[in-house]
Amino acid sequence: MSEAFIHLDSVKKVYRTRGQDFLAISEATFDVEQGELVSLVGPSGCGKTTLLKILAGLHGFDGGEVRIGSQSQPFNPARDIGMVFQQPLLLKWRRIIDNVMLPTEILGLPQDASRKRAYELLDLVGLKGHEDKYPYELSGGMQQRASIARALVHDPKLVLMDEPFGALDALTREKMNLELLHIWAEAKKTIIFVTHGITEAVFLGTRVVVLTSGPAKMADNFEVGIPMPRTLDVRNTEKFGEYTRRIYRLLGME
Amino acid sequence: MSGSNTQLQRYALAVLSHLILVAAWHFFVVYGEIPKIVMPSPYDTLHALLVPNYRWLENIAATSIEIFGGFLLAAVFGILIALLFSWFRWLEMFAMPLLVSLNMIPKVALGPLMIVWFKYGIWPNTLMAFAISFFPIVLTTARGLREVEPDLLDLVRTLRGSRWQLFVKIQLPGALPYIFSGMKVAAILAVAGAIVGEFLGSERGLGYLMLQVQVTLDTAAMFMAVILITLIGGLLYGIVLGLERFFVVKDARIQ
Repeated sequence: MSEAFIHLDSVKKVYRTRGQDFLAISEATFDVEQGELVSLVGPSGCGKTTLLKILAGLHGFDGGEVRIGSQSQPFNPARDIGMVFQQPLLLKWRRIIDNVMLPTEILGLPQDASRKRAYELLDLVGLKGHEDKYPYELSGGMQQRASIARALVHDPKLVLMDEPFGALDALTREKMNLELLHIWAEAKKTIIFVTHGITEAVFLGTRVVVLTSGPAKMADNFEVGIPMPRTLDVRNTEKFGEYTRRIYRLLGME
Repeated sequence: MSGSNTQLQRYALAVLSHLILVAAWHFFVVYGEIPKIVMPSPYDTLHALLVPNYRWLENIAATSIEIFGGFLLAAVFGILIALLFSWFRWLEMFAMPLLVSLNMIPKVALGPLMIVWFKYGIWPNTLMAFAISFFPIVLTTARGLREVEPDLLDLVRTLRGSRWQLFVKIQLPGALPYIFSGMKVAAILAVAGAIVGEFLGSERGLGYLMLQVQVTLDTAAMFMAVILITLIGGLLYGIVLGLERFFVVKDARIQ
């Protein structure tokens, strides 16, 4: 059996505040294959954002093992990570196209080719015709689409999303869920998607990792056996209900 | 179309309010039979420009140099020091409290000292304009440079961006609205600084001229001087505003 693209083994993170230890993550053990869309779901304080930041190389950890990439699946942490946050965090003074270009400028990639790619990605996320607008001229959902394009522009192998639709209204959120599945299918990226929405987690994920808080630990890790492409209707199926109930039960909400 | 129309209407209304003020002034003086010594009419005020003794051009030039010079010094040094603060945190912790203390000194109280140190003239008045307008620029610029979204910092960090890239691409452009908001405050203060300097001691400038004509009770010339000072200040403010329009995207401007 070949090695997984991402391998986490008993990852543990402890925060120390005023002499008190606070366990942010423990027993996080799961593998992610290339091309998967993994939902990290759990209540606030379960350490899902911390785990994402460990994967991004922004945080250290206090135990266990984290490996991204392998012999056959090379991974360069400096340029193979794309990030999407809860807020779009577009630069107000840059046009949408130039916002999308930002990572390629920082990485020093050839600008002509990158610009072409940025235009293609804006088309993919449904922002064709808005390239020369400023962020304030776009709605929140559209801004978040632009930030997804920005996360893809340098062609990273792994895209980390931290509750990207958490600040959107419910209707826009559903639409963005469908859009994300479409983008994921087109861009063929490995995506790790942090959310506290259980429905969202099951709907989007090829795999769901459940984290619980108090004490913070990984509680479950299962594959979602609903084939892609998915439509909003799958949420009414019995199978979908089984998955969501399974998560609700783990979070002690049944 | 309607956009440019409402824009035009706004300008028209703004001009109208100014004209009404001048008209009210005129009718108040003429029909109220106010003595010229107390309040000259708009016409008398304009007429004061024709007195060659007052050397208007020379005085306008002197005051303008003080205001623009003082403001420019404040902008250059203010922004520079704020940049140093953002690059070297220990320097900020060391020098910022000192700047705050120094800013507590009423700048006007330094006037007599400036005369002792630098004699009469354009230079001490420029320094006065600088001293009074410097601090707001440091403060707002430093604040603007500090305001970087932590997540944006993470984004740059995952891409292994350098500190310089962070500064040029995110920090500095993000601070521009703050810098301009500080400069707008500074523009108004610089005018006050220069005139106070001229009141305290000088041999040229519109403030100096006002003291001269006060003795001869030429109120019209005093009115004219005040109007000219206001116009110089308005010009400076307008330039700052124009630069802001050019450099800062509408949404990011601080009102």
